[in-house]
Amino acid sequence: MDIAKRVEKNGFLRFLKRDWGKRSVIGIPYVFLIVFFSLPFLVVLKLSVSEADGIHYEDLASYVDGIVNIKIKLSNYIFLSSDPLYVETYWSSVKFATINTVICLIIGYPFAYFMARSAPGIRPALLMLVSLPFWTSYLLRVYAWKGLLDDHGVFNNILMWAHLIDEPIKMMHTGFSMTIGMVYTYVPFMILPLYATLVKMDLRLLEAAKDLGATPWKAFWLVTVPLSKNGIVAGSMLVFIPSVGEYVIPELLGGPSTLMIGRVLWDEFFSNNDWAMASSVAVTMVGLILIPLVIFNKYQADSGGAKGV
Amino acid sequence: MDSKLGKSWLLAGYVFLYLPIVTLIVFSFNDSKMVTLWGGFTFKWYGVIAHDTEVVDGFILSMKVALMTATASVVLGMLAAFAMVRYKSFFGRTTFAAHINAPLVVPEVITGLSLLLFFVMCEKLFGMPERGIFTIWAGHTSIGMAYAAVVIQSRLLEMDKSLEEAAMDLGCKPFQVFYLVTLPLIVQSIMSAWLLTFTISLDDVVSTAFLSGPGSTTLPIVILSRARLGLNPTVNAIATITVAVVAVGVLATSMWLSRQERMRAAEQSAAYREGMQVVEA
Repeated sequence: MDIAKRVEKNGFLRFLKRDWGKRSVIGIPYVFLIVFFSLPFLVVLKLSVSEADGIHYEDLASYVDGIVNIKIKLSNYIFLSSDPLYVETYWSSVKFATINTVICLIIGYPFAYFMARSAPGIRPALLMLVSLPFWTSYLLRVYAWKGLLDDHGVFNNILMWAHLIDEPIKMMHTGFSMTIGMVYTYVPFMILPLYATLVKMDLRLLEAAKDLGATPWKAFWLVTVPLSKNGIVAGSMLVFIPSVGEYVIPELLGGPSTLMIGRVLWDEFFSNNDWAMASSVAVTMVGLILIPLVIFNKYQADSGGAKGV
Repeated sequence: MDSKLGKSWLLAGYVFLYLPIVTLIVFSFNDSKMVTLWGGFTFKWYGVIAHDTEVVDGFILSMKVALMTATASVVLGMLAAFAMVRYKSFFGRTTFAAHINAPLVVPEVITGLSLLLFFVMCEKLFGMPERGIFTIWAGHTSIGMAYAAVVIQSRLLEMDKSLEEAAMDLGCKPFQVFYLVTLPLIVQSIMSAWLLTFTISLDDVVSTAFLSGPGSTTLPIVILSRARLGLNPTVNAIATITVAVVAVGVLATSMWLSRQERMRAAEQSAAYREGMQVVEA
């Protein structure tokens, strides 16, 4: 008998394929995510176009004297796109996320490269050392930089003690401190996918390039870098997307000049109690993240077709 | 590339990654009011946090939420992973995949805000739920199950399906196949998914801030509110304990897992050898 048919007749797969089994395997997580992820976002979408007064908001549709009134209020969005503070915040979020991504790539690429080219015996240990900080609290690791960069922090104390400076250098609550915090937090997200692609690379290709007269530098740029493109794209996405919406780092290490959209949403909600405005900010923020995601998916679809080469 | 540059780059990278953690630990033993000025060795901050009810209560709540989150995330994530790997076509599969991946990329401020507004709406309509451990759990689990699904999915994809088929041929009942064959084969990924979601939940501050009520403050919320005000030696002491627990936990688990893996490999090859002997005889 055909194995597949026997399997079909015999057991586990049939259990999974039996309707109620299949339905619950798919249905339970599906329902959970719809209830606790999608529906809440629809609430946000609705609230962002509702007539609201602080935390009280009206229904979108009302039925009075046989007439259905649907009110969609776009003033929040108009305000968001015309108010210079918000426009500037969006720009500044994208700017800091981009700077962060570029620095992570500059630091992370050589790091992943040297890791992948180190002796195979020590690679697991090197990899473990990169991922270990992941397991310790991210909040505490960001807080740690406060102690290093503060006016009376470790760095300033050392420099003063060595008489290299007389007055503490202002590092905290600037773009500098925030960028350091972001790079520190996100550089492992860049290193890990890059390492994964670089370690799989066929080193004979470099030998071939050398045989054909390429200098090591040229071979690196013309062979290694193009072959690690997938890692570069994946790493950049993993760094860029979460850093656009970052809240904790700008809150603890940033200052008044480092506007970030995540922090504005938070303040809009917790300080101003303007739930409708916070919702509108959230909706536009999703838009901001969708753009790189769509590009990423398109890129993956394209490169998927070219994988055979 | 010359290896000297390589070594120094790696060294500098690791110093960058570990320097902040090391200073956190060192200054938790600092007997001085100035957090960053060394004033002698002390354990006093550990005594202070042991008697700090805010910290202790926060820690207990965090542990409860993390246990609930990790367990629920692993169960839901495993179902989701099975659905994705075993069913190549069902109604709404693309949306299902998008639902599983979305929590990984949506910023937490949005997850937190939207869930809170949703719960507020539910409270208006049904009079429940109140903000507290349940609402925090729901938020953490919707993020955690996405991570768990990714981890378990990758293991299921590389799993050798013929083992399940063999068990079925030998007359295993469906649940037996799951318990005796599938589960042991993916238990590693389940363990790592559980640990990952546990630490994600234990560490989460942004969505928790939206979802916690007045009486339900988790440890990260306590830490954030103190860290906002400036440097605080009690935070350093908390950090040191966390790092110690995590280091021991991760090392112990990875050692246990690699031993399990080696044992299974040995058993498999022994079984294979026996089988070959039988065939030869």
